Formats: sequence, C-alpha cells, structure tokens
Amino acid sequence: MGPNPKMRKEFFDSTRSSPFPDEVLERVLSLLKSHKDRSAVSLVCKDWYNAESWSRAHVFIGNCYSVSPEIVARRFPRVKSVTLKGKPRFSDFNLVPENWGADVHPWLVVFAAKYPFLEELRLKRMAVSDESLEFLAINFPNFKVLSLLSCDGFSTDGLAAIATHCKNLTQLDIQENGIDDKSGSWLSCFPENFTSLEVLNFANLNTDVNFDALERLVSRCKSLKVLKASKSISLEHLQRLLVCAPQLIELGTGSLMPELTACQYAQLENAFSQLKNLSTLSGLWEASAPYLPLLYPACTNLTFLNLSYAFLQSHELESLLCQCPHLRRLWVLDTVGDKGLEAVGSNCPLLEELRVFPADPFDEEVVHGVTEAGFLAVSYGCRRLHYVLYFCRQMTNAAVATIVQNCPDFTHFRLCIMNPGQPDYLTNEPMDEAFGAVVRTCTKLQRLSVSGLLTDLTFEYIGQYAKNLETLSVAFAGSSDRGMQCMLEGCPKLRKLEIRDCPFGNAALLSGLEKYESMRSLWMSACNVTMNGCRLLAREMPRLNVEVMKDDGSDDSQADKVYVYRSVVGPRRDAPPCKWMKQAAVMGHQRIKIHPTMNCHPGPMHPVKVLQKQEAPGHLTCSNLLSSIIRFPISSSYVHELANNGVCLLTCLNDAYILGMAKDLKRESSGAIQTCEHGGGPVVPVLSPTRLLVVPTMKFKPEIGLRSGRTGLRWAGFSKLRNIFVVNAWEHCVSRT
Amino acid sequence: MEVVKETKMGFEETELRLGLPGNSGGGEGEMARKRGFSETVDLKLNLSSKESGADPNNLEKINSLQREKNLLATDPAKPPAKAQVVGWPPVRSFRKNMLAVQKSSTDQEGEKLPGGNATFVKGKMFSSFTIGNCGSHGLKDFLNESKLVDLLNGTDYVPTYEDKDGDWMLVGDVPWDMFAESCKRLRIMKGKEATGLAPRAMEKCKNRSYK
Repeated sequence: MGPNPKMRKEFFDSTRSSPFPDEVLERVLSLLKSHKDRSAVSLVCKDWYNAESWSRAHVFIGNCYSVSPEIVARRFPRVKSVTLKGKPRFSDFNLVPENWGADVHPWLVVFAAKYPFLEELRLKRMAVSDESLEFLAINFPNFKVLSLLSCDGFSTDGLAAIATHCKNLTQLDIQENGIDDKSGSWLSCFPENFTSLEVLNFANLNTDVNFDALERLVSRCKSLKVLKASKSISLEHLQRLLVCAPQLIELGTGSLMPELTACQYAQLENAFSQLKNLSTLSGLWEASAPYLPLLYPACTNLTFLNLSYAFLQSHELESLLCQCPHLRRLWVLDTVGDKGLEAVGSNCPLLEELRVFPADPFDEEVVHGVTEAGFLAVSYGCRRLHYVLYFCRQMTNAAVATIVQNCPDFTHFRLCIMNPGQPDYLTNEPMDEAFGAVVRTCTKLQRLSVSGLLTDLTFEYIGQYAKNLETLSVAFAGSSDRGMQCMLEGCPKLRKLEIRDCPFGNAALLSGLEKYESMRSLWMSACNVTMNGCRLLAREMPRLNVEVMKDDGSDDSQADKVYVYRSVVGPRRDAPPCKWMKQAAVMGHQRIKIHPTMNCHPGPMHPVKVLQKQEAPGHLTCSNLLSSIIRFPISSSYVHELANNGVCLLTCLNDAYILGMAKDLKRESSGAIQTCEHGGGPVVPVLSPTRLLVVPTMKFKPEIGLRSGRTGLRWAGFSKLRNIFVVNAWEHCVSRT
Repeated sequence: MEVVKETKMGFEETELRLGLPGNSGGGEGEMARKRGFSETVDLKLNLSSKESGADPNNLEKINSLQREKNLLATDPAKPPAKAQVVGWPPVRSFRKNMLAVQKSSTDQEGEKLPGGNATFVKGKMFSSFTIGNCGSHGLKDFLNESKLVDLLNGTDYVPTYEDKDGDWMLVGDVPWDMFAESCKRLRIMKGKEATGLAPRAMEKCKNRSYK
C-alpha cells in the first residue's frame, strides 16, 4: 500500500541529477537493514534522503521522548515495524518514580492513522495499559508481532484483547514485565481457527493458565517455533505440549518440580528426545537434580542455555554442560560456584556469552557465590568469550588483567562487585588497574559496567583508551569531578552514560555540554549536582531536555536524579508532578474542578486550581499559590479562565516540564495568553498584559528572574506592564509594580 | 527465651538489617533498614509451640539470625552490615521477585511432605555453604553442627537429614564433613518422629549435651 508512483514522482524534485530512477534507488536502499547505515545514507543528498525514507520499513526509536510520533510518520511513510524504548534503564532497579511517563498510547493513536498496516511493535520500558493493548488489537488488522520487555501497566486482560482480535498474530513475547496477573483465561481467547502463532513467550506470568486451551493452541499452530511457558506449567503439562510441538527451536520449560511417576518420567524423556532442533532452553524453575537428566537428549544442538532461575550446584551444571557441545551462550546462578564455572571453562570451548546472576543479591553475610577464581577459569577455557555479566563478592586487579589477556575480544564487560566501593581484596587497592586493563586490551569494547573501589584514575583510563565505548554504567566510584570529565572528554562514541552515587558535581555535568547532543542520554543520581547546575545546562543547551526528579525530604537545591537527553520536540508534556512541590495552597480563591489530563495517562488526576477573579481592580493579591497550577497538563479551559482575568501566565526558569507546557497553551482570541519559550528566540506577545503573574517552578531569586536577558524573560511588548506578581511557592508572594 | 534476648541485643548494638531478599522496593536505604529491623525483632519463635509446623519463613529468619549472632561472636570487630541501597546490586525487580518466590515456595513445598508436621528447610540452602565453594581466601564456612543443634536446644525438635542413599539420619551421627557431603535435605522433626531413625534417637535427643 502507498501512494501511486505518479504522486511520488511529483513528490521528488524533477530537476535532480540522479542518473537512475527513484524506484531503483529505493530498491537498492531497501536492502539496507541497519539503522546506522540508513542514517548515514540519508545524509548523502536529498534524493537519497527521500529514497531512504520511502524504503524504510522498520524504525528504531531508542528514546521515545527524543522525537514525536507525528515526526516519525511524516518522515517514514511506509513503516511496518517499530521498536520503541522508553524509561531510563535504571527504572529496572526502582530508581525512577512511578508514573514517570513513556506511555505508548499517543504513539498508537498516531500509528493507527498513519500506519494502519503496521505489523510489528517491540516495546522496552514503556508504560502500556490494557486499553492500549486493546486499541492495538482492534486498529491494526495486519498486526503480527508484539514484544513487551520490561514494560508495566497492563494485565492479562490486555493479553486477552490481543488474543481475541489479532487474527494474523505470529509472535507474542511477554518478558520481564510488571503485569497484573489476573490468571489464565486469556489463552482461551485465541479463536479455534487461529493457527499462525510462531512465537509464544509467557514465562513472565505467575498464575495458572488454562492448560487445555494452551494445549489446543500449541497443537494447531504447526509453525510454532518458540514456546516459553510459565512456572505454572508442570512437567506433566510439559510432556503433553512437547508431544504436540517437536519442531520447537526454543523451549522455556515450566516448573521442574519433581512429581512424576516412573512411567511419566519415561514419557517425558521420550518427548525431550524428539526435540531435534532445539537451540535454546530456558525456564527450568525449581530444577532439581533427579530431573535434569530429562533434558539431556534435547541438548545436543543447544546454543543458548538459560539456567538463571535454576538453583543448581556445580556438579549438576557440569553434567548438563557435558551434553551441550555447541553452547554459545550460558546464563547461570552463582549457586554453581567457582567449581561450576571451572566446568564451564572445561566444557564450553565455543562459549561467547556468560551471565552469572546472584542467587542472594541482598544477603551480605552470605558466603557463597562466585569469585575471581571462577571468572579466571572460564577465561582460560573459553577464549571466544566476548559478552560477560558477572556478579561476585570479591575480585582482584590481577585476575581481571589475566582474564582480558585470555579474552581480548570483549565487546560487553559488565562486572558487578556487589559490595559498593570494595577494593581488590588481596592488595586492598582500588580496582583502577582492572578496568584499565579492560579498556586497554579490549579495543572492541562497546559496553562497560564498572564497580568496586575506583578513583578518578579508572576514568582517565576509560577516556584515554575506550575508543569504541558506547554504553557506560558507573556506580559508587570516582573521587572528583575530574572522573566524569575524563569520560566526557574521552570516549568519542559514547551514547549512554549512567551514573549513580558518585562524587560528580556541577562542574562535571557542565563539562559535557558539547557531548550530550551526540548522546542518547545521561543519567545521574545521588551525585553532587544541584538545581542551579541543571538550570545552567538547560539554559545553555536548548535542544536537551533536562529532567530532575527529587526524592522526598531532600534539600531544595539538590538535584537528586537528573535525566538529560536530546530531543527534537522539546520538553515533554506528560511529566509527573514534581513531588517536592508538595504544599498545595490556594491563591485565596475557590477551587474549581479537576481538569482531565491531555494525554491518556493512567494515573491519578492532578487537581488544577484556577484563578477566578481578582480581589481588587488592578491588583491580584495572593497569599500563597497552589503549586499544581503549573503542573502538567493545563487544559485550554483553564487557560481561558486565566485570560478572562487578564492574567498573563508566564513561566520562567529552565524547568523543562513547564516550558513544554507553556508552548502548548493555546492562544485565546483575547490574546492575553502568551507563552515564553526559554532559550529560543524572543517571543513577542500579541497584546500587552497589564498584569503579570510569574509562577516559578523552583526557588529562584526574583531579581534575576525578572531581568531580561539570558534567564529567559523577554520584555518586548510588556510596555504596559504595571503589576508583576512573583509568587514563591514556598513563601508568601511578593508584589511589585 | 534466651535465644531471643541474645539476638535482640545483637541487633540493637550493631543495627544489622535482616530481611528477606527483595525488600528494598522504594524509599531510602535507612528507611528500609529500619523497617527491616522492626520486622526481624518482632519475630515470634514458635519452636516450642504446640501447633504443627513452625512457620518456615520464621525458621529461615531464625537461621539467619543465628548466623548473624555467631558471626558477631567470632568477630566482634566486624563493622555493622551496611543498609541496603535502593536498586543495588542492579538486579531487575522481575528477577529478584522470581528468585524470592522460588525460594519461599520451595520452603512451603516442604510442608507437603509426608509427616507434614515438620518444618522443612530445603537442603540446597545449606549445600551452598559447604566447604569447597569458598575460595581459599574467602571466609570459611561458618556453619557447623553446633549451630544447627543449638537452634533447637531444649526444644522438642531434632534436626535430621536425608543422605545420598535416601536414608534419614540424625544430625550429629556422622562427622561434619561426611554430613555436609551427603546431606540432601534437612528436616526438623518432632522428637517422637525421630524414633527409629537411629538407635536410641530419642535418648540421644534427651541426653546429648548441646554446646
């Protein structure tokens, strides 16, 4: 589907110099799959830009707030597949407040209009409601692939809607989400004549599913390649499923809790031996020794074994690994210990990726898990290792140096020494030399997570050597601003930087001014950055969104959590209320009513109070101000009320939330409402207000705020201004003329 | 109960935080610690109660309490455990919850065992402590027989275990190393249930001198 060729010809410049028709160029470019390549291609010339736009079928948006769905649809008219990522990664660890945003719904609304034939949607860390899932199911008749990773806000009702309406569904992949699990009748919603499913992953769910419905579904979907079941599926169930689907390539078992009779055991063993094509095995909840041998016949062609929910011991792991000669990726729990990792080193010569998760991450006194010895053992045996995620309780500089010498091809090196700020346990020195060795030796390094006791020296090394580094995670590290400066000045390909609990302050933050626009995002929490620093950053870099999240009870001037990202659409309109502006006070006027929020965002309504009328002509008195007036969003009826009172609502200071909203205020015919865009060009008010109500979002100095110039207020057109009311949310207001 | 008093003192002095994994949902580290503190202090040790099956979660907590207490006893200079930090170590909530659920569900499974009046502690929990899993420079395994037995000192319960061959034995019948290698499951049995396990099991239970 798409516009006819004639229209397209007119669309393009008719006097271009391209030697061959657009269709040929598009055909050639349609073979390009990587978005990086496509971005490069689109910068060559206008023709190529257009051809690339027309031929792009899959669009990847790494930060949903960096662009708007309208812009995406305008540029890429023929998209069939979208990948969308929302919240900052640290939301996985509860560092981002609830209702932060990343609602998928506004995207779906635009896609329903512009991409009605959308086939694939892959979401990561987005807020997804049941309504959105239903909307998706109903509005996209060709919809085939749904993947939700680390999303939240929906329940199994949403899944029921997908099952009911998506007649062409081939993939339903629900991973690691915050689901409200209302139990399993959603599976029965797949119609009896529905047979197209190829991928079904519901390993996330906890409650029972309707097994009969599942069995029927699996038996009639002959193309099913991937089945990842939840814990509620018993071994007996599993046997029945495997009998229906011996063609599976990826299997996630349910619970491996021992409960079979000898006869059932034999049947299940037989079922596993029929799985000739299995390349991935996961699940294995409650795996216990007597039942592991069941899996052996299915292991011959395994390339990925995910044991990260199985509390195995070293010998159990070893027995299993002996069955998997082609293993490339292995995820385990640290219950296997160093001994288990020795077995990995001995049995997995082709291993490329290893992830070792902690079974007891929060129990400090626990004396088990893995140490540097295990990692070393793996590095000696698995020379092709290039991806590692390793949680341990002790490490040494020497061990890491040896490990990277054995495996110099690391692209992803994520080491988590679980006790924050822990030194090399043998020498008691910082772990600087360990990571120095990593960045010096592993020239292809793309992703690095550091831990342990680290001084600025680590970051000097990183800045100096990590030329291909794109993602860097830092926690409880560094000695001074210099550390962060080194990172920002050094790593030319840096795209994502996440920092927590480090002594980096404003100087460090501001040293990256030129860098941030070439990055996707920066996260800094529990560092020494202040509100003033953030303001400065936002002021200097208008194309960055600077979001501050404050913790309860923290000092006003501290910027507890800062999230900075580039955006072509400016500050977002759906930010949650600033928690720290707690004291709701009324400006001596009556509370009106609750206005519905602009975006459909699941969450509490934010009461918006409206000024009704002034108490005396020419004067607006106020005793205190309801801080929520400046919250998002303000509806147009509220704006209208303000206009009727002759009040010009102006926001100043560099609070991204407020500016974004101010831009959206509609102009009423009375013209009394103006917006002021900070950092942009001067805004000329249509009419000159006589009264000005300045509502700051943070504590600020009125004298500075009201001066013209770089702090943002523009005075053109305010010649008639007589009264300026500056309200400080924390104190009584000040009236000036 | 003496055990309770001792552990209480231990906590107040050193402000240890003991809670089940996954407790750090939101809130500041200190807040979480305080909450955890009051949770653990309020534990009721029901070991000598008449009702069937003490709460396995309590038992798990008791075990960790006991571990803490003994750790303190051996190393009084050790600094107090740090308060849990929000979002650290960086393990996804989903994974945290799944692991915690698995652990507690396997504890509960134990109550379904025949003779289900016994509390049940999954052997795997202890197998992780076996000597051999620690590095040569790591802290040595500090769990030993007397700790297991001390838990039940003076009560009607005896610790028993199932060994590799499927036989149920009384803890203390074999040397510790042999026990640690062969133990597959631990079970706290009521004294009278333990008759027939080993000769004079009941008498042993009454007469043995606990350290």
